[in-house]
Amino acid sequence: MQVVKKRRDAALATLVAGVPYIRFLNITFDRRGDELTSVLNFDDQIIGNPTLPAIHGGVTAAFLETTAIIQLGWQELWQEIEGGDASVPHSLPRLPKTIDFTVDYLRSGLPRDAYARARVNRSGRRYASVHVEAWQDNRSRLFAQATGHFLMPSDT
Amino acid sequence: MSDDLRAQVARQFIESIPHARALGMSFVEIGAGTAELSMPYDKRLIGDPATGVVHGGAISTLMDTCSGAAVMAHPVNPGSTATLDLRIDYMRAATPGQTLVARAECYHVTRTVAFVRAVAMDDNRDNPVATATGAFTVEIAGADV
Repeated sequence: MQVVKKRRDAALATLVAGVPYIRFLNITFDRRGDELTSVLNFDDQIIGNPTLPAIHGGVTAAFLETTAIIQLGWQELWQEIEGGDASVPHSLPRLPKTIDFTVDYLRSGLPRDAYARARVNRSGRRYASVHVEAWQDNRSRLFAQATGHFLMPSDT
Repeated sequence: MSDDLRAQVARQFIESIPHARALGMSFVEIGAGTAELSMPYDKRLIGDPATGVVHGGAISTLMDTCSGAAVMAHPVNPGSTATLDLRIDYMRAATPGQTLVARAECYHVTRTVAFVRAVAMDDNRDNPVATATGAFTVEIAGADV
């Protein structure tokens, strides 16, 4: 039954691998069934305040935004691959576009890996609203959260 | 603060931020509570491989850095600052190949909070790529809080 796992992993890889900026920030994705957790793998170059030191607020925003976009793309893709049409698309599926994104900085990002999960609160034909939470050591102690609106890719 | 000193502080500000260096940011201008920062087009920052458009996250980072710089450049002279909240509106895709420029204005400061608005543009200055508004912490240098 590992065939199913391979197919799902391949689908996720197709979604993520094509985006240079995700590689640049070294964001990776852990998948358990349909649940995704994104990982911001720490590197010295993502530091924004060297005296603390702390992760750059812009990187935190980018990490949360990427998590939201991939979650939306993944949900669409999941329905495709699990809903009968089992073939993994060879080309990169079109990703949603960000309309607006509001980041709430709760504490400074410490110089180590960070994790995030997104929850799609509403996903219509044209617009989607997504909430994202990010943490480091403790799942219940968030260091940032965000809400954003996205324009879904049209079928045509 | 004299213009020379301000320019020097601005340069040091960027050079001290590893991620701003990684994105190749440099100051265009720095004034009393205002800052203008540029970021060259870089293939590593592409968010949409089909078109070569830069990822929104890189633009957020440019505007966040520029906003922080505007706070630091405010005449109240904060010792340091951190982002409390940032809202970004993406109006259109940045034109691939063009340098992005962000302009931020710290338009109000209290003893504890700085309010900032910022805009990001490519070569077409009349039609912004994105705008941002944010609240930043203010830590006055040497103040007994």
